[in-house]
Amino acid sequence: MLKIKQEKLHKTPTGISGLDEITNGGFPMGRPVLICGSAGCGKTLFAAQFLIKGITDYNEPGVFMSFEESASDLTQNFKSLGFDFEKLQAEKKLSIDHVRIERTEIEETGEYDLEGLFIRLNYAIDTIGAKRVVLDTIESLFSGMENVALLRSEIRRLFTWLKEKGVTAIITGERGESSLTRQGLEEYVSDCVILLDFRVIEQIATRRLRIVKYRGSTHGTNEYPFIIDEDGISVLPVTSLKLDYKSSTEIISTGLPLLDKAFTTGGIYRGSSTLITGTAGTSKTILASHFALSSCMRKERTLYFSFEESPDQLVRNMATIGIDFEQAIQSKMLHIHASRPSLLGLEMHLMVLNRLLTELNPRTVIIDPISSLISIGNSSEVGAMLVRLMDTLKINQINALFTSLAHEGYSEHSNSTIDLVSSLADTWLNLKNEERNSQRVRSLFIVKSRGMGHSNNQQDFTITDKGIHFTTPNKK
Amino acid sequence: MPKQEKWELRLYVAGQTTNSMLALKNITKYCKHHLEGRYVIEVIDLLKNPQLAEGDQIFAIPTLVRKVPEPLRKIIGDLSNEEKVLVGLNIRPVAD
Repeated sequence: MLKIKQEKLHKTPTGISGLDEITNGGFPMGRPVLICGSAGCGKTLFAAQFLIKGITDYNEPGVFMSFEESASDLTQNFKSLGFDFEKLQAEKKLSIDHVRIERTEIEETGEYDLEGLFIRLNYAIDTIGAKRVVLDTIESLFSGMENVALLRSEIRRLFTWLKEKGVTAIITGERGESSLTRQGLEEYVSDCVILLDFRVIEQIATRRLRIVKYRGSTHGTNEYPFIIDEDGISVLPVTSLKLDYKSSTEIISTGLPLLDKAFTTGGIYRGSSTLITGTAGTSKTILASHFALSSCMRKERTLYFSFEESPDQLVRNMATIGIDFEQAIQSKMLHIHASRPSLLGLEMHLMVLNRLLTELNPRTVIIDPISSLISIGNSSEVGAMLVRLMDTLKINQINALFTSLAHEGYSEHSNSTIDLVSSLADTWLNLKNEERNSQRVRSLFIVKSRGMGHSNNQQDFTITDKGIHFTTPNKK
Repeated sequence: MPKQEKWELRLYVAGQTTNSMLALKNITKYCKHHLEGRYVIEVIDLLKNPQLAEGDQIFAIPTLVRKVPEPLRKIIGDLSNEEKVLVGLNIRPVAD
Protein backbone atom coordinates (compact mmCIF):
# COMPACT_ATOMS: atom_id res chain seq x y z
CA MET A 1 0.00 0.00 0.00
CA LEU A 2 1.20 3.45 -0.85
CA LYS A 3 1.08 6.03 1.83
CA ILE A 4 -0.34 9.29 0.63
CA LYS A 5 1.67 12.12 2.00
CA GLN A 6 0.12 15.52 2.26
CA GLU A 7 3.36 17.29 2.90
CA LYS A 8 4.97 19.49 0.31
CA LEU A 9 7.33 17.91 -2.19
CA HIS A 10 10.91 18.36 -1.09
CA LYS A 11 13.29 19.66 -3.71
CA THR A 12 16.94 19.27 -4.49
CA PRO A 13 18.63 22.37 -5.91
CA THR A 14 20.03 21.58 -9.35
CA GLY A 15 23.06 23.85 -9.28
CA ILE A 16 22.16 24.90 -12.80
CA SER A 17 21.77 28.64 -12.93
CA GLY A 18 18.18 29.65 -13.63
CA LEU A 19 16.72 26.14 -13.50
CA ASP A 20 15.75 26.21 -9.86
CA GLU A 21 13.70 29.27 -10.57
CA ILE A 22 11.72 27.54 -13.31
CA THR A 23 11.20 24.40 -11.25
CA ASN A 24 10.36 26.33 -8.09
CA GLY A 25 13.29 24.97 -6.18
CA GLY A 26 14.90 22.16 -8.13
CA PHE A 27 14.35 18.49 -8.82
CA PRO A 28 12.11 16.27 -6.71
CA MET A 29 14.25 15.08 -3.83
CA GLY A 30 14.94 11.36 -3.78
CA ARG A 31 13.39 10.66 -7.14
CA PRO A 32 14.65 9.94 -10.62
CA VAL A 33 14.60 12.66 -13.26
CA LEU A 34 14.78 11.91 -16.96
CA ILE A 35 16.81 14.23 -19.17
CA CYS A 36 16.26 13.53 -22.83
CA GLY A 37 17.42 15.09 -26.06
CA SER A 38 19.24 14.35 -29.29
CA ALA A 39 22.98 13.80 -29.53
CA GLY A 40 25.05 16.85 -28.61
CA CYS A 41 22.29 18.71 -26.82
CA GLY A 42 24.18 18.83 -23.53
CA LYS A 43 22.69 15.90 -21.59
CA THR A 44 25.95 14.66 -20.12
CA LEU A 45 27.07 18.16 -19.17
CA PHE A 46 23.70 18.80 -17.58
CA ALA A 47 24.03 15.65 -15.51
CA ALA A 48 27.66 16.35 -14.61
CA GLN A 49 26.89 19.88 -13.50
CA PHE A 50 24.05 18.62 -11.30
CA LEU A 51 26.47 16.22 -9.67
CA ILE A 52 29.44 18.54 -9.29
CA LYS A 53 27.44 21.50 -8.02
CA GLY A 54 25.74 19.13 -5.63
CA ILE A 55 29.14 18.34 -4.14
CA THR A 56 30.67 21.80 -4.21
CA ASP A 57 27.61 23.91 -3.38
CA TYR A 58 25.35 21.65 -1.34
CA ASN A 59 27.76 19.09 0.10
CA GLU A 60 25.91 16.17 -1.41
CA PRO A 61 28.27 13.44 -2.65
CA GLY A 62 27.44 11.91 -6.01
CA VAL A 63 27.90 8.83 -8.15
CA PHE A 64 28.40 9.12 -11.89
CA MET A 65 27.63 5.86 -13.62
CA SER A 66 28.68 6.22 -17.21
CA PHE A 67 27.63 3.76 -19.88
CA GLU A 68 29.40 5.63 -22.64
CA GLU A 69 32.48 7.61 -21.75
CA SER A 70 35.26 6.27 -19.58
CA ALA A 71 36.18 7.93 -16.29
CA SER A 72 39.33 9.41 -17.79
CA ASP A 73 37.45 10.80 -20.80
CA LEU A 74 34.88 12.41 -18.53
CA THR A 75 37.59 13.87 -16.33
CA GLN A 76 39.31 15.30 -19.38
CA ASN A 77 36.14 16.67 -20.96
CA PHE A 78 34.97 18.54 -17.91
CA LYS A 79 38.32 19.97 -16.94
CA SER A 80 37.73 22.94 -19.22
CA LEU A 81 34.60 23.79 -17.26
CA GLY A 82 36.52 23.82 -14.03
CA PHE A 83 35.03 20.56 -12.81
CA ASP A 84 37.87 18.81 -11.05
CA PHE A 85 36.78 15.17 -11.03
CA GLU A 86 40.11 13.87 -9.78
CA LYS A 87 40.16 16.08 -6.72
CA LEU A 88 36.55 15.26 -5.81
CA GLN A 89 37.23 11.56 -6.25
CA ALA A 90 40.25 11.80 -3.99
CA GLU A 91 38.11 13.56 -1.40
CA LYS A 92 35.63 10.67 -1.59
CA LYS A 93 32.87 13.01 -2.67
CA LEU A 94 32.55 11.69 -6.18
CA SER A 95 32.56 8.18 -7.53
CA ILE A 96 32.76 7.46 -11.23
CA ASP A 97 31.89 4.00 -12.45
CA HIS A 98 32.25 3.29 -16.12
CA VAL A 99 30.05 0.37 -17.14
CA ARG A 100 31.64 -0.89 -20.30
CA ILE A 101 29.55 -3.25 -22.33
CA GLU A 102 31.49 -4.91 -25.10
CA ARG A 103 29.08 -6.76 -27.30
CA THR A 104 31.82 -8.76 -28.93
CA GLU A 105 33.11 -10.31 -25.74
CA ILE A 106 29.71 -11.16 -24.28
CA GLU A 107 27.56 -14.19 -24.97
CA GLU A 108 24.10 -14.68 -23.51
CA THR A 109 22.57 -17.98 -22.62
CA GLY A 110 19.64 -18.56 -20.33
CA GLU A 111 18.13 -16.53 -17.56
CA TYR A 112 19.90 -13.64 -15.88
CA ASP A 113 19.22 -10.31 -14.21
CA LEU A 114 21.07 -7.01 -13.75
CA GLU A 115 21.82 -7.56 -10.08
CA GLY A 116 25.49 -6.88 -10.82
CA LEU A 117 24.63 -3.33 -11.82
CA PHE A 118 22.53 -2.85 -8.69
CA ILE A 119 25.35 -4.13 -6.51
CA ARG A 120 27.88 -1.81 -8.15
CA LEU A 121 25.63 1.19 -7.81
CA ASN A 122 24.71 0.34 -4.25
CA TYR A 123 28.35 -0.13 -3.34
CA ALA A 124 29.33 3.21 -4.89
CA ILE A 125 26.45 5.04 -3.18
CA ASP A 126 27.16 3.55 0.22
CA THR A 127 30.92 4.04 0.03
CA ILE A 128 30.70 7.83 -0.29
CA GLY A 129 27.23 8.38 1.17
CA ALA A 130 25.92 9.67 -2.14
CA LYS A 131 22.75 11.73 -2.34
CA ARG A 132 22.89 12.27 -6.09
CA VAL A 133 23.27 9.73 -8.88
CA VAL A 134 23.69 10.07 -12.63
CA LEU A 135 23.09 7.24 -15.10
CA ASP A 136 24.43 8.31 -18.48
CA THR A 137 23.04 6.78 -20.77
CA ILE A 138 21.36 3.65 -19.51
CA GLU A 139 19.95 2.98 -22.97
CA SER A 140 23.39 1.82 -24.02
CA LEU A 141 22.46 -1.46 -22.35
CA PHE A 142 20.01 -2.08 -25.18
CA SER A 143 22.71 -2.02 -27.80
CA GLY A 144 24.85 -4.37 -25.75
CA MET A 145 22.30 -7.02 -24.89
CA GLU A 146 19.77 -9.17 -26.67
CA ASN A 147 17.02 -9.77 -24.16
CA VAL A 148 15.03 -6.55 -24.48
CA ALA A 149 12.06 -7.69 -22.42
CA LEU A 150 14.33 -8.55 -19.52
CA LEU A 151 16.21 -5.26 -19.80
CA ARG A 152 12.98 -3.32 -19.64
CA SER A 153 11.76 -4.99 -16.51
CA GLU A 154 15.20 -4.63 -14.91
CA ILE A 155 15.38 -0.94 -15.73
CA ARG A 156 11.95 -0.49 -14.24
CA ARG A 157 13.19 -2.28 -11.13
CA LEU A 158 16.29 -0.08 -11.06
CA PHE A 159 14.24 3.13 -11.02
CA THR A 160 12.07 1.83 -8.20
CA TRP A 161 15.19 0.80 -6.36
CA LEU A 162 16.73 4.27 -6.77
CA LYS A 163 13.61 5.78 -5.26
CA GLU A 164 13.75 3.42 -2.31
CA LYS A 165 17.40 4.26 -1.89
CA GLY A 166 16.35 7.89 -1.57
CA VAL A 167 18.85 9.33 -4.02
CA THR A 168 18.00 12.09 -6.49
CA ALA A 169 18.96 10.58 -9.82
CA ILE A 170 19.39 11.93 -13.32
CA ILE A 171 18.84 9.40 -16.07
CA THR A 172 19.75 10.54 -19.54
CA GLY A 173 18.12 9.23 -22.67
CA GLU A 174 18.60 9.76 -26.39
CA ARG A 175 15.71 11.35 -28.21
CA GLY A 176 13.67 8.84 -30.22
CA GLU A 177 11.83 9.45 -33.46
CA SER A 178 8.32 9.25 -32.15
CA SER A 179 8.95 9.15 -28.41
CA LEU A 180 10.97 11.23 -25.99
CA THR A 181 13.57 8.50 -25.67
CA ARG A 182 14.47 5.64 -27.98
CA GLN A 183 13.54 2.98 -25.47
CA GLY A 184 10.57 4.78 -24.02
CA LEU A 185 12.23 5.38 -20.65
CA GLU A 186 9.66 8.11 -20.01
CA GLU A 187 7.21 5.32 -19.22
CA TYR A 188 9.27 4.38 -16.18
CA VAL A 189 10.41 7.75 -14.94
CA SER A 190 7.22 9.55 -14.29
CA ASP A 191 8.17 12.15 -11.73
CA CYS A 192 10.11 14.66 -13.73
CA VAL A 193 11.00 14.73 -17.42
CA ILE A 194 13.10 17.45 -19.03
CA LEU A 195 13.68 17.80 -22.74
CA LEU A 196 16.76 19.50 -24.16
CA ASP A 197 16.77 20.74 -27.71
CA PHE A 198 19.44 22.11 -30.00
CA ARG A 199 18.52 23.83 -33.22
CA VAL A 200 19.73 26.48 -35.58
CA ILE A 201 17.46 29.43 -36.24
CA GLU A 202 18.66 31.96 -38.81
CA GLN A 203 22.24 30.67 -38.57
CA ILE A 204 22.29 31.17 -34.82
CA ALA A 205 22.53 28.02 -32.75
CA THR A 206 19.96 28.00 -30.02
CA ARG A 207 19.55 25.62 -27.16
CA ARG A 208 16.22 25.19 -25.50
CA LEU A 209 14.98 23.42 -22.42
CA ARG A 210 11.44 22.40 -21.59
CA ILE A 211 9.97 20.70 -18.56
CA VAL A 212 7.71 18.08 -20.08
CA LYS A 213 6.44 16.79 -16.80
CA TYR A 214 6.91 17.46 -13.13
CA ARG A 215 4.55 15.52 -10.96
CA GLY A 216 3.34 17.20 -7.81
CA SER A 217 4.94 20.54 -8.53
CA THR A 218 4.18 23.68 -10.41
CA HIS A 219 6.74 24.61 -13.02
CA GLY A 220 7.28 26.90 -15.94
CA THR A 221 5.86 25.42 -19.12
CA ASN A 222 7.71 27.51 -21.67
CA GLU A 223 10.67 26.57 -23.73
CA TYR A 224 13.56 28.25 -22.01
CA PRO A 225 16.76 29.13 -23.82
CA PHE A 226 19.94 27.90 -22.22
CA ILE A 227 23.57 28.38 -23.01
CA ILE A 228 26.73 26.40 -22.50
CA ASP A 229 29.81 28.44 -21.78
CA GLU A 230 32.90 28.26 -19.60
CA ASP A 231 30.69 28.20 -16.50
CA GLY A 232 28.61 25.27 -17.73
CA ILE A 233 24.89 25.43 -18.37
CA SER A 234 22.79 28.46 -17.54
CA VAL A 235 19.10 28.58 -18.20
CA LEU A 236 17.55 31.92 -18.90
CA PRO A 237 14.13 32.10 -17.34
CA VAL A 238 11.95 34.22 -19.58
CA THR A 239 9.18 34.67 -17.11
CA SER A 240 9.00 38.14 -15.72
CA LEU A 241 9.61 38.85 -12.12
CA LYS A 242 7.04 40.15 -9.74
CA LEU A 243 6.22 43.82 -9.59
CA ASP A 244 7.11 44.17 -5.95
CA TYR A 245 10.41 46.01 -6.07
CA LYS A 246 11.06 49.00 -3.88
CA SER A 247 11.01 52.41 -5.44
CA SER A 248 13.52 54.99 -4.48
CA THR A 249 12.60 58.62 -3.98
CA GLU A 250 16.18 59.73 -4.45
CA ILE A 251 16.69 61.94 -7.46
CA ILE A 252 19.70 61.66 -9.73
CA SER A 253 20.86 63.84 -12.56
CA THR A 254 20.48 62.98 -16.23
CA GLY A 255 23.95 64.39 -16.69
CA LEU A 256 22.59 67.62 -18.16
CA PRO A 257 21.59 70.26 -15.57
CA LEU A 258 19.27 72.00 -18.00
CA LEU A 259 17.49 68.77 -18.82
CA ASP A 260 17.17 68.04 -15.10
CA LYS A 261 15.31 71.30 -14.75
CA ALA A 262 12.70 70.10 -17.21
CA PHE A 263 11.51 67.72 -14.51
CA THR A 264 9.70 69.18 -11.52
CA THR A 265 11.77 66.93 -9.31
CA GLY A 266 15.01 68.30 -10.71
CA GLY A 267 16.14 64.96 -12.15
CA ILE A 268 15.02 61.38 -12.51
CA TYR A 269 14.46 58.77 -9.83
CA ARG A 270 17.28 56.45 -8.85
CA GLY A 271 16.71 52.95 -10.16
CA SER A 272 14.33 54.07 -12.86
CA SER A 273 14.62 53.27 -16.53
CA THR A 274 14.95 55.78 -19.29
CA LEU A 275 14.34 55.26 -22.97
CA ILE A 276 15.81 57.52 -25.62
CA THR A 277 14.33 57.17 -29.06
CA GLY A 278 15.26 58.95 -32.24
CA THR A 279 16.19 58.43 -35.85
CA ALA A 280 19.80 58.02 -36.96
CA GLY A 281 22.08 60.91 -36.04
CA THR A 282 19.89 62.49 -33.41
CA SER A 283 22.57 62.29 -30.68
CA LYS A 284 21.14 59.38 -28.74
CA THR A 285 24.60 58.08 -27.89
CA ILE A 286 25.76 61.52 -26.79
CA LEU A 287 22.84 61.88 -24.43
CA ALA A 288 23.51 58.38 -23.11
CA SER A 289 27.18 59.27 -22.62
CA HIS A 290 26.30 62.35 -20.59
CA PHE A 291 24.20 60.11 -18.40
CA ALA A 292 27.02 57.57 -18.09
CA LEU A 293 29.59 60.20 -17.22
CA SER A 294 27.42 61.80 -14.54
CA SER A 295 27.03 58.37 -12.95
CA CYS A 296 30.82 57.93 -12.97
CA MET A 297 31.20 61.40 -11.46
CA ARG A 298 28.97 60.30 -8.58
CA LYS A 299 31.47 57.44 -8.11
CA GLU A 300 28.89 54.94 -9.19
CA ARG A 301 30.07 52.10 -11.32
CA THR A 302 28.64 52.20 -14.82
CA LEU A 303 28.28 49.49 -17.41
CA TYR A 304 27.97 50.63 -21.00
CA PHE A 305 26.80 48.10 -23.59
CA SER A 306 27.73 49.30 -27.01
CA PHE A 307 26.33 47.40 -29.95
CA GLU A 308 27.47 49.79 -32.63
CA GLU A 309 30.83 51.20 -31.67
CA SER A 310 33.97 49.67 -30.26
CA PRO A 311 35.08 50.96 -26.84
CA ASP A 312 38.01 52.80 -28.45
CA GLN A 313 35.86 54.50 -31.00
CA LEU A 314 33.30 55.51 -28.41
CA VAL A 315 35.99 56.95 -26.15
CA ARG A 316 37.60 58.85 -29.04
CA ASN A 317 34.32 60.25 -30.33
CA MET A 318 33.13 61.36 -26.94
CA ALA A 319 36.47 63.02 -26.20
CA THR A 320 35.88 65.41 -29.11
CA ILE A 321 32.78 66.78 -27.43
CA GLY A 322 34.31 67.03 -24.00
CA ILE A 323 33.07 63.80 -22.48
CA ASP A 324 36.07 62.22 -20.83
CA PHE A 325 35.51 58.50 -20.76
CA GLU A 326 39.22 57.73 -20.67
CA GLN A 327 39.59 58.82 -17.08
CA ALA A 328 36.36 57.12 -16.03
CA ILE A 329 37.65 53.85 -17.45
CA GLN A 330 41.01 54.27 -15.73
CA SER A 331 39.35 54.89 -12.39
CA LYS A 332 37.37 51.70 -13.01
CA MET A 333 34.09 53.59 -12.80
CA LEU A 334 33.18 52.86 -16.40
CA HIS A 335 33.16 49.53 -18.16
CA ILE A 336 32.37 49.48 -21.86
CA HIS A 337 31.33 46.17 -23.33
CA ALA A 338 31.10 46.19 -27.10
CA SER A 339 29.78 43.40 -29.22
CA ARG A 340 28.09 42.91 -32.56
CA PRO A 341 24.45 42.10 -31.99
CA SER A 342 24.38 39.50 -34.74
CA LEU A 343 27.41 37.70 -33.39
CA LEU A 344 25.49 35.93 -30.70
CA GLY A 345 21.91 35.02 -30.06
CA LEU A 346 19.81 37.30 -27.95
CA GLU A 347 19.92 34.97 -24.99
CA MET A 348 23.71 34.96 -25.12
CA HIS A 349 23.78 38.74 -25.00
CA LEU A 350 21.44 38.76 -22.06
CA MET A 351 23.55 36.11 -20.34
CA VAL A 352 26.67 38.21 -20.82
CA LEU A 353 24.80 41.16 -19.44
CA ASN A 354 23.59 39.16 -16.48
CA ARG A 355 27.08 37.96 -15.76
CA LEU A 356 28.58 41.43 -15.96
CA LEU A 357 25.86 42.62 -13.61
CA THR A 358 26.95 40.06 -11.06
CA GLU A 359 30.65 40.63 -11.62
CA LEU A 360 30.77 44.40 -11.69
CA ASN A 361 27.74 45.23 -9.61
CA PRO A 362 27.13 48.49 -11.50
CA ARG A 363 24.76 51.22 -10.33
CA THR A 364 24.05 52.35 -13.86
CA VAL A 365 23.58 50.33 -17.03
CA ILE A 366 23.37 51.70 -20.54
CA ILE A 367 22.33 49.68 -23.54
CA ASP A 368 23.08 51.44 -26.78
CA PRO A 369 20.99 50.65 -28.72
CA ILE A 370 18.45 48.20 -27.37
CA SER A 371 16.87 48.10 -30.81
CA SER A 372 19.74 45.95 -32.11
CA LEU A 373 18.85 43.33 -29.53
CA ILE A 374 15.27 43.42 -30.67
CA SER A 375 16.25 43.04 -34.30
CA ILE A 376 18.11 39.77 -33.74
CA GLY A 377 15.25 38.03 -32.05
CA ASN A 378 12.09 37.38 -33.91
CA SER A 379 9.77 35.80 -31.47
CA SER A 380 7.54 36.85 -28.66
CA GLU A 381 10.06 35.62 -26.14
CA VAL A 382 12.35 38.51 -27.04
CA GLY A 383 9.81 40.77 -25.44
CA ALA A 384 9.55 38.57 -22.41
CA MET A 385 13.32 38.54 -22.03
CA LEU A 386 13.54 42.30 -22.23
CA VAL A 387 10.85 42.63 -19.63
CA ARG A 388 12.85 40.34 -17.42
CA LEU A 389 16.02 42.29 -18.04
CA MET A 390 14.34 45.53 -17.08
CA ASP A 391 12.83 43.93 -14.01
CA THR A 392 16.23 42.60 -12.96
CA LEU A 393 17.73 46.06 -13.27
CA LYS A 394 14.88 47.53 -11.32
CA ILE A 395 15.04 45.04 -8.49
CA ASN A 396 18.71 45.81 -8.11
CA GLN A 397 17.96 49.54 -8.09
CA ILE A 398 20.13 50.06 -11.13
CA ASN A 399 19.68 53.21 -13.19
CA ALA A 400 18.96 51.98 -16.68
CA LEU A 401 19.15 53.85 -19.93
CA PHE A 402 18.29 52.38 -23.31
CA THR A 403 18.59 54.04 -26.65
CA SER A 404 16.45 52.88 -29.50
CA LEU A 405 16.70 53.66 -33.16
CA ALA A 406 13.48 54.87 -34.74
CA HIS A 407 13.14 54.79 -38.48
CA GLU A 408 12.22 57.80 -40.55
CA GLY A 409 8.64 57.65 -41.64
CA TYR A 410 7.62 55.10 -39.11
CA SER A 411 6.14 55.93 -35.81
CA GLU A 412 7.86 54.61 -32.70
CA HIS A 413 4.81 52.45 -32.25
CA SER A 414 5.36 50.42 -35.39
CA ASN A 415 7.35 47.79 -33.56
CA SER A 416 5.54 45.93 -30.85
CA THR A 417 8.74 45.21 -28.95
CA ILE A 418 9.73 48.87 -28.92
CA ASP A 419 6.22 49.49 -27.79
CA LEU A 420 6.75 47.13 -24.92
CA VAL A 421 10.06 48.69 -23.92
CA SER A 422 8.59 52.16 -24.03
CA SER A 423 5.68 51.10 -21.86
CA LEU A 424 8.13 49.71 -19.33
CA ALA A 425 10.37 52.76 -19.31
CA ASP A 426 9.73 55.30 -16.60
CA THR A 427 11.07 58.18 -18.60
CA TRP A 428 10.91 58.45 -22.34
CA LEU A 429 12.82 61.05 -24.28
CA ASN A 430 12.44 61.48 -27.99
CA LEU A 431 15.12 63.18 -30.07
CA LYS A 432 14.49 64.81 -33.41
CA ASN A 433 16.30 66.50 -36.27
CA GLU A 434 14.22 69.08 -38.06
CA GLU A 435 14.80 71.48 -40.86
CA ARG A 436 13.94 75.05 -39.92
CA ASN A 437 14.95 77.99 -42.12
CA SER A 438 17.33 75.70 -44.06
CA GLN A 439 19.03 74.74 -40.88
CA ARG A 440 19.09 71.49 -39.09
CA VAL A 441 17.76 71.88 -35.62
CA ARG A 442 18.17 69.25 -32.96
CA SER A 443 15.50 68.99 -30.36
CA LEU A 444 14.46 66.91 -27.39
CA PHE A 445 11.00 66.19 -26.16
CA ILE A 446 9.92 64.43 -22.97
CA VAL A 447 7.26 61.94 -24.03
CA LYS A 448 6.57 60.78 -20.53
CA SER A 449 8.05 60.68 -17.10
CA ARG A 450 6.40 58.65 -14.41
CA GLY A 451 5.79 60.12 -10.99
CA MET A 452 6.85 63.66 -11.75
CA GLY A 453 5.76 66.69 -13.63
CA HIS A 454 7.79 67.64 -16.65
CA SER A 455 8.17 70.29 -19.26
CA ASN A 456 5.96 70.04 -22.31
CA ASN A 457 8.30 72.14 -24.36
CA GLN A 458 10.34 70.92 -27.22
CA GLN A 459 13.86 71.86 -26.30
CA ASP A 460 16.32 72.70 -29.01
CA PHE A 461 19.96 71.90 -28.50
CA THR A 462 23.26 71.95 -30.31
CA ILE A 463 26.32 69.76 -29.98
CA THR A 464 29.32 71.78 -28.84
CA ASP A 465 32.80 70.84 -27.72
CA LYS A 466 31.28 70.47 -24.27
CA GLY A 467 28.56 68.11 -25.39
CA ILE A 468 24.86 68.85 -25.56
CA HIS A 469 23.97 72.50 -25.14
CA PHE A 470 20.33 73.54 -24.82
CA THR A 471 19.45 76.67 -26.69
CA THR A 472 15.89 77.31 -25.59
CA PRO A 473 15.24 78.19 -21.99
CA ASN A 474 13.33 75.58 -20.05
CA LYS A 475 10.02 76.27 -18.45
CA LYS A 476 8.59 74.22 -15.67
CA MET B 1 44.59 -24.60 -28.11
CA PRO B 2 47.52 -26.28 -26.34
CA LYS B 3 46.36 -29.28 -24.32
CA GLN B 4 48.34 -28.35 -21.23
CA GLU B 5 46.92 -24.88 -20.84
CA LYS B 6 45.00 -24.23 -17.64
CA TRP B 7 41.53 -22.67 -17.82
CA GLU B 8 40.77 -20.06 -15.24
CA LEU B 9 37.09 -19.34 -14.96
CA ARG B 10 35.27 -17.01 -12.64
CA LEU B 11 31.60 -17.21 -11.90
CA TYR B 12 30.02 -14.08 -10.47
CA VAL B 13 26.87 -14.66 -8.44
CA ALA B 14 24.77 -12.64 -6.02
CA GLY B 15 23.71 -14.95 -3.24
CA GLN B 16 22.28 -18.37 -3.88
CA THR B 17 19.70 -17.50 -6.49
CA THR B 18 18.21 -20.11 -8.81
CA ASN B 19 20.00 -18.72 -11.85
CA SER B 20 23.34 -18.60 -10.06
CA MET B 21 23.08 -22.14 -8.72
CA LEU B 22 22.01 -23.43 -12.10
CA ALA B 23 24.92 -21.66 -13.78
CA LEU B 24 27.40 -23.18 -11.34
CA LYS B 25 25.96 -26.64 -11.86
CA ASN B 26 26.07 -26.24 -15.64
CA ILE B 27 29.59 -24.92 -15.95
CA THR B 28 30.93 -27.56 -13.53
CA LYS B 29 29.33 -30.24 -15.67
CA TYR B 30 30.75 -28.87 -18.97
CA CYS B 31 34.21 -28.45 -17.52
CA LYS B 32 34.28 -31.96 -16.13
CA HIS B 33 33.31 -33.22 -19.50
CA HIS B 34 35.59 -31.14 -21.72
CA LEU B 35 38.40 -29.80 -19.55
CA GLU B 36 38.96 -32.50 -16.93
CA GLY B 37 41.94 -31.62 -14.74
CA ARG B 38 42.71 -28.41 -16.63
CA TYR B 39 40.34 -25.94 -15.08
CA VAL B 40 39.69 -23.80 -12.01
CA ILE B 41 36.32 -22.28 -11.24
CA GLU B 42 36.33 -19.45 -8.75
CA VAL B 43 32.92 -18.43 -7.48
CA ILE B 44 32.61 -14.79 -6.41
CA ASP B 45 29.57 -13.75 -4.43
CA LEU B 46 29.06 -10.03 -5.03
CA LEU B 47 26.77 -9.74 -2.05
CA LYS B 48 29.85 -10.48 0.05
CA ASN B 49 32.39 -8.68 -2.12
CA PRO B 50 30.59 -5.91 -4.00
CA GLN B 51 33.85 -4.09 -4.72
CA LEU B 52 34.87 -6.86 -7.13
CA ALA B 53 32.07 -6.13 -9.59
CA GLU B 54 33.72 -3.14 -11.22
CA GLY B 55 37.02 -4.81 -12.04
CA ASP B 56 35.59 -7.40 -14.39
CA GLN B 57 32.84 -5.07 -15.60
CA ILE B 58 30.03 -7.18 -14.19
CA PHE B 59 26.50 -5.88 -14.60
CA ALA B 60 24.50 -9.07 -15.18
CA ILE B 61 24.16 -11.97 -12.78
CA PRO B 62 25.23 -14.68 -13.20
CA THR B 63 28.28 -13.91 -15.36
CA LEU B 64 30.97 -16.39 -16.25
CA VAL B 65 34.33 -14.86 -17.09
CA ARG B 66 37.12 -16.68 -18.85
CA LYS B 67 40.29 -15.07 -17.50
CA VAL B 68 42.77 -17.53 -19.00
CA PRO B 69 43.37 -18.25 -21.79
CA GLU B 70 43.12 -14.77 -23.16
CA PRO B 71 41.31 -12.91 -24.61
CA LEU B 72 38.78 -12.34 -21.91
CA ARG B 73 35.36 -13.76 -22.64
CA LYS B 74 32.07 -13.36 -20.80
CA ILE B 75 28.92 -15.39 -20.81
CA ILE B 76 25.89 -14.13 -18.99
CA GLY B 77 22.91 -16.20 -17.98
CA ASP B 78 22.30 -19.56 -16.34
CA LEU B 79 24.49 -21.24 -19.00
CA SER B 80 21.72 -23.69 -19.89
CA ASN B 81 22.66 -23.88 -23.57
CA GLU B 82 25.79 -26.07 -23.66
CA GLU B 83 26.54 -25.43 -27.31
CA LYS B 84 26.52 -21.67 -26.80
CA VAL B 85 28.72 -21.89 -23.71
CA LEU B 86 31.28 -24.05 -25.48
CA VAL B 87 31.39 -21.75 -28.47
CA GLY B 88 31.43 -18.70 -26.23
CA LEU B 89 34.37 -20.00 -24.20
CA ASN B 90 36.00 -21.37 -27.30
CA ILE B 91 36.27 -24.84 -25.77
CA ARG B 92 36.77 -27.58 -28.31
CA PRO B 93 35.31 -30.96 -27.44
CA VAL B 94 37.95 -33.51 -26.34
CA ALA B 95 37.07 -35.71 -29.30
CA ASP B 96 38.59 -33.12 -31.71
